[in-house]
Amino acid sequence: MSALKSITGATLAKDIRLEWRSRDAINSMLFFSLLVVVIFSFSFDPNAEESREIAAGLIWVAFLFAAVVALNQTWARELRNQVLDAYRVSPAPASSLFLAKALGNFSLVSLLEAVMAPLFMIFYNLRALGPAWQLIPVAVLGTWALVVNGTFFAAMSLRTRSREIMLPLLLFPISIPAVQSMVEATRVLLAGDGSARFWLVLLLTYDVVFTTACLALFETVLQAE
Amino acid sequence: MKKALLVFAVPAAVLTALLLAYAFYQAMWVAPMERTMGEVQRIFYYHVPSAWTAFLLFFVNLVASVTYLIRRNTRADAVALVSAEVGVVFCTVVLVTGPIWARPVWGIWWTWDIRLTTTLVLWLIYVSYLMLRRFSDGAQTPKLAAVLAIFGALDVPLVYFSIWFFRTQHPQPVIGGGGSIDPRMLHVLLINWLAFSCLALLVGWSRYRLEIMQRDLEEELALESLLGDGGLPPASAGASSRTGSLLNRTSSRMGPG
Repeated sequence: MSALKSITGATLAKDIRLEWRSRDAINSMLFFSLLVVVIFSFSFDPNAEESREIAAGLIWVAFLFAAVVALNQTWARELRNQVLDAYRVSPAPASSLFLAKALGNFSLVSLLEAVMAPLFMIFYNLRALGPAWQLIPVAVLGTWALVVNGTFFAAMSLRTRSREIMLPLLLFPISIPAVQSMVEATRVLLAGDGSARFWLVLLLTYDVVFTTACLALFETVLQAE
Repeated sequence: MKKALLVFAVPAAVLTALLLAYAFYQAMWVAPMERTMGEVQRIFYYHVPSAWTAFLLFFVNLVASVTYLIRRNTRADAVALVSAEVGVVFCTVVLVTGPIWARPVWGIWWTWDIRLTTTLVLWLIYVSYLMLRRFSDGAQTPKLAAVLAIFGALDVPLVYFSIWFFRTQHPQPVIGGGGSIDPRMLHVLLINWLAFSCLALLVGWSRYRLEIMQRDLEEELALESLLGDGGLPPASAGASSRTGSLLNRTSSRMGPG
């Protein structure tokens, strides 16, 4: 257990340090989601009363697209200098490597959301009419739902031709229930009609099921050759 | 191979064709007319059997994928591929016949109802499964595809519950759903299901044979190219000279740069 923790910690620290020095992923994600938000503002009138109804959908779709930008770069960096081969032959458990990558992506996407959500609120003139604090568990569980499967499928699409396009093709169909839960929970909380409890429970179930599946099957994907 | 084709495949194909014709006759002329919906209701004899067959094939795909991951049996992988392909075809039939029926009866082509949406998501998942098989090359394809099949199976109940919150418009399932159906209609439905299952089995079986033959051929070709075109040269000399020329080529390419 302590080995798992220390290997995960070391890999995560390495990834964060690399990202901090280059800031490639975070810069491209931030600018990309800013572009998406601006384009949405031209496509759907942000001042209309209905925009409150669709804002929840827009914000999560923007984050989903931006997350794909970051997720695609997760493993690409390990291909240089055969780092991934080194991981493969090392005795370290594959699940700790996966956990480190997923946590790294989680912190990146969370940072993006922390910056972009206030901007979205300003552009669309939004105000939560429901219990606003519940938006935090929705964001945490929703982000993890996107990131855990995204990290896994990014490792899978590494082995395919045209891997950049393969990731969304694999990730989006599986993510449909998670995206629906996030959007519905956010919509309920923004509009203040009803409770978001059902969607939170569903998101939690999704997270638990797929985190378990990813940790159990990552060894197979890593060793697939 | 030739003999198996004559003994098994041709009679099976003839029988399936006869059964399909009989089922068509039953559905179009023998089954009683539905009182409120009229003739358009007869599409039900194609819609429902296709759905059952598709779900059965997706289940076969899951079982074959799990078997492959445990046993690493290449035949199981071929079964998984074939069942996904044929399943997607039948699922497409379901998604096409549904709206044709819904337009006159409900007045709309499509609604985001629980069964429609779940079937659509299932179709999307299996199309992405086939895309993965197509885009990934080499020996790792079966493993990656099997893993994706398990993810898809885990996703289906979650999709179901996420849409369960909306009002459901689809008619109750005829078997075990509390709906009532004329026994003569049920009879026709089951005959059609049998015919469709036979068709799926036949198509799946010939596709499976094709896949196995293709893999054998590929293996043979790979072996041939590995051994060289001109028969079998003395193993050690041939190998070392080829490695040598390869090394020379690499070094000459790297030289000027």
